[in-house]
Amino acid sequence: MPTVNMQTANIFSFHGGIHPPENKTQSLQLPLGRPSLPNELILPLGQHIGQSSRPLVKVGDKVLKGETIAINNGFLSSFLHAPTSGTITAIEERLIAHPSGLSDLCIILTPDGSDTWTKLEPLSHWQDISKTDVLAYLSEMGIIGMGGAGFPTQVKLQGAYKNPLTHFIINAAECEPYITADDMLIREKTLELVLGIEILQHLVQADHVVIGIEDNKPTAIAALRTVLNKRKSKIQVAVVPTKYPSGGEKQLIQLLTGKEVPSGQYPADIGILCQNVGTCVAVHDAITLGKPLISRFTTLTGDALKNPQNVEVLLGTPVAHLLDYAESEPKKLSRLIMGGPMMGYTLDSAAVPIVKTSNCILAASKKELPPPAPEQACIRCGMCEQACPASLLPQQLLWFSKSQEFEKAEHHNLFDCIECGACSYVCPSSIPLVQYYRHTKSSIREAREATVKSDLAKQRFEARKARQDAEAAEKEAKRLARQKATPSKTTDEKKSAPAKAAPTAAAAPATTDESKKLKVDIAIGKSKLKKLEKQLLEAQENEHVEDINSLQLQVTDQEKAIALLEEQLAQMPSATPAAPAVNTAKASTAPVNDELKKAKVDVALIGVKLKKLQKQLIETPDDQELKDKINAFETDLKAAQDTVSRLSATTESHTAASEPKAAASDELKKLKIDAAIAKAAVKKVEKALKKAEEINAPEIEAIRQQLKEAQQRADDLEKALANPEAASQNAEAQTKKADAAPNNVDADAAKKRKIDLAIAKAGIKKAEKNIQLLQEQGKDEAEINASEWPSKLKEAQEKLAALEAEESAPATAVSAPVEKTADTVAQSEVKAEPEMDLATQIKKEKIAVALAKAQINKLNKRLESTPEDADSINQEINATQQRLQRAEALLEKLIHSQTNMQENR
Amino acid sequence: MLTVLLAIGILVLLSLIFGAILGYANVRFHVEGDPIVDQIDALLPQTQCGQCGHPGCRPYAEAIANGEAINHCPPGGQATIQALADLLDVEAIPLDGDHGTETAKRVAVIREDECIGCTKCIQACPVDAILGAAKQMHTVIADECTGCDLCVEPCPVDCIDMVEVGVTAKTWSWDKPQGIAATSINIIATDRQAEAVH
Ligand code: SF4
Ligand code: SF4
Ligand code: SF4
Ligand code: SF4
Repeated sequence: MPTVNMQTANIFSFHGGIHPPENKTQSLQLPLGRPSLPNELILPLGQHIGQSSRPLVKVGDKVLKGETIAINNGFLSSFLHAPTSGTITAIEERLIAHPSGLSDLCIILTPDGSDTWTKLEPLSHWQDISKTDVLAYLSEMGIIGMGGAGFPTQVKLQGAYKNPLTHFIINAAECEPYITADDMLIREKTLELVLGIEILQHLVQADHVVIGIEDNKPTAIAALRTVLNKRKSKIQVAVVPTKYPSGGEKQLIQLLTGKEVPSGQYPADIGILCQNVGTCVAVHDAITLGKPLISRFTTLTGDALKNPQNVEVLLGTPVAHLLDYAESEPKKLSRLIMGGPMMGYTLDSAAVPIVKTSNCILAASKKELPPPAPEQACIRCGMCEQACPASLLPQQLLWFSKSQEFEKAEHHNLFDCIECGACSYVCPSSIPLVQYYRHTKSSIREAREATVKSDLAKQRFEARKARQDAEAAEKEAKRLARQKATPSKTTDEKKSAPAKAAPTAAAAPATTDESKKLKVDIAIGKSKLKKLEKQLLEAQENEHVEDINSLQLQVTDQEKAIALLEEQLAQMPSATPAAPAVNTAKASTAPVNDELKKAKVDVALIGVKLKKLQKQLIETPDDQELKDKINAFETDLKAAQDTVSRLSATTESHTAASEPKAAASDELKKLKIDAAIAKAAVKKVEKALKKAEEINAPEIEAIRQQLKEAQQRADDLEKALANPEAASQNAEAQTKKADAAPNNVDADAAKKRKIDLAIAKAGIKKAEKNIQLLQEQGKDEAEINASEWPSKLKEAQEKLAALEAEESAPATAVSAPVEKTADTVAQSEVKAEPEMDLATQIKKEKIAVALAKAQINKLNKRLESTPEDADSINQEINATQQRLQRAEALLEKLIHSQTNMQENR
Repeated sequence: MLTVLLAIGILVLLSLIFGAILGYANVRFHVEGDPIVDQIDALLPQTQCGQCGHPGCRPYAEAIANGEAINHCPPGGQATIQALADLLDVEAIPLDGDHGTETAKRVAVIREDECIGCTKCIQACPVDAILGAAKQMHTVIADECTGCDLCVEPCPVDCIDMVEVGVTAKTWSWDKPQGIAATSINIIATDRQAEAVH
């Protein structure tokens, strides 16, 4: 039907709308300007909706104009290119153009001034290659919607494939006051625009292609018509009356097609695609010229500018540079706005850069945009409802927003509000309605995210609990099984048969249980997989592009998990039949056991009777008959006992041996316990000693003596332990001897060493204290270094290390460790187990160092919070520091010896 | 007499019929579980931090259902108290300071080169948000971390920090306008301003 492009399409209308002063002429007085290169270009990585791009360059890289400097990060993301040639000087947080006034990661490019292009590779044969390839190319060229939200164009086009398109609408309405960037773009690049539209039409194949343009742009309309006429294009131009917000996507669709986009749906759902004129030109430049999106048209306007105009500006140009270019008058400037007066937002700083979606910089004087009048109460006049282009009930929404009734606000379709500001504009009570809606929307979004997160946390918490419970149950079951098995095996042979059978019998059901569980798991996994697949399908349909990737990952994971489970299940049955075999093997010992039992019972019975008789004998000592009986019984008993021992010998050879062994092991056990107790005593005394050392108590000597005695005892016990045969006979005597024994030469030497050690420690402590004192007095580093203390400290530390080294040397020679203070536990372990891997020792020592450091940190923190116990905490800190130093010294030594060893090899 | 008996008979019949319907409805539409506990649990932040004095959010939900005060959850803060008050139709009370104060959202971050791989933090984390193995470096999955603080104390080398989750441009949200009270002192302020402009 539309054979002639001059034909205007049917124009419908939408509800509401307002007619604010247009103020568009100011910026159209001057021709298109081209500002000079700024000193640096600031390129935010998040210029589009979706995840931020990933930088491809690093600081110091030289880039050419048009080179890719950041690539997309996931599906809903975009590429970024160098707007000019130069050097990457930083990748850092910079203020960005955002209503929050926050910073974000930006690539900073310092231009070299030569503006050399990289090699351009246009997609000249775009008609012949697959559409997917063209879309991918557009994505690589960094093309995003330049109208508002910055939705990656290829994603939007892909979404349009879902339904056959009836209309492809090019949005040239530009309804917001002041802005003329699109107007200027159409005038300057008419042919490029039409070519771009043709490329896009080739990609989407819509029934109708309509350019929607407001009737306040006669020059642009005329230019368009001329070009379209020349090309005999089927593209229609629909001139719509000037009314704000006819440039809203849904409003323009309603104007041009009469169709309303249902609440919560996208235009693509009703077969319509909208693109901004800027995007169409960018598509043309990318495909036919090979130029990525690196510049855009932006309006510089407002009373505070001497030369308001449109400029073609490189992305990343700081706003301040543009203000200079348009000669702003700082005195007049009261508010700097990015975007228009209705939907734009105030900029706190002029340092922010122009991004792909910046269509206007409004430098307004106070007169132009007076500060908002104070808010009054809603008078329920209904003017907002009259103005709302989305047919909402703004005063109701305001009410719900104020009272935080989010659910009701959602029921009243808050999310259909396009934040056009028409309601605020008409409100006689000057209520900033849009601000309320924006706040409520973000609150609802936050709450949704919080619910998602808390649900996830709950799931994970419950999963963890279930896992822990299962683990506990398993442990408990194992423990029970062990409990059943152990006593019958060692103490009572008669029980061994049934007891041994029990766990094996239990094992069979356990395996079937497990296979059952596996089957259930598989079933659950499969249903989960199905659900995921459904979600994935849904996400694909609804273009929830962000979800698709993660869902796909989940699906593959789930599939893997199921495969694993099935494999396990397949292995299961082979395990099951093996169980009964063990059972039968064990059963053969049963008859012997029975006999043994009988014999044992006999022995017991005879024994009881014998005892009774013996008692009687004591009462009546001369009864000959009784004596005979006893003798008879005694022979019986002996016989019975013989049978028992014979039988036990036949059942299991080791049972016979076990009895004498038991006696020895009992003694050994006792010895071990004694040794442990002695060791604990040593530790206790050591602790006391340390405390005494810290507070310099006079009892130190006495405590040392105690320590030595305790250690002696512990050592002896350990020696005894090492030699169990001898121990079983003379353990008692030895321990007694140990108590009484005078200190031998070795111990004397140890004592001397210990005293030396203590002195060295005290020296360190003193030096440290003095250094600290100096620090507290506010002396700076240099002064402290100049004083004698640091060198003293070092000396003392060296001495300490030397002493410790000395100590460890003889200690390894003497079999028993002489000293075992808490801070050298690791050290003594080194001596005790010389074969222990050096590497593990080093690791252990490293851990000790870390622990000590952490403790010092903790103590320092405590010191800050409770200055009243500063003294005791300081002492603790000192002690810990000593420990730290020792550990460090040891560590050094260990590392040293390790390197030595390596060298020796 | 007959009419009286008839009336009684009809009434008895009716009561039997309705009784049967009610009884059937009770069985047919029986609700499993304790819906009020579920509803309360859904409002709690699921941080599982135990600051309320219970071993998790659900036990506290159960305690609330049994009459415990609704202001013991610091991570939820005033918003949760408000939501609980709405649900239970009780007065919203300020947060009980004994259980802690409302803080900005935080996540745990492990200074990885200091970690000795003791796995203590893993055992403490209620939502399995820490990844690691014995003697290996550990790390926190920030997205899963609820900021409950429970992993900080057990760490023997003190290498876990609670870091505030700052607002980024992507998570930022609009402020609420100040409202009427803040600015409006006299009713005709608008007129005055209009004068000042012209
Ligand atoms: S801001 Fe929202 S509620 Fe107000 S007029 Fe625009 S669409 Fe309607
Ligand atoms: S225009 Fe303002 S005063 Fe009138 S009903 Fe809407 S919100 Fe209330
Ligand atoms: S990582 Fe730490 S703060 Fe985060 S949820 Fe786990 S225990 Fe809590
Ligand atoms: S508790 Fe600390 S040292 Fe231990 S694994 Fe966790 S982070 Fe590492």
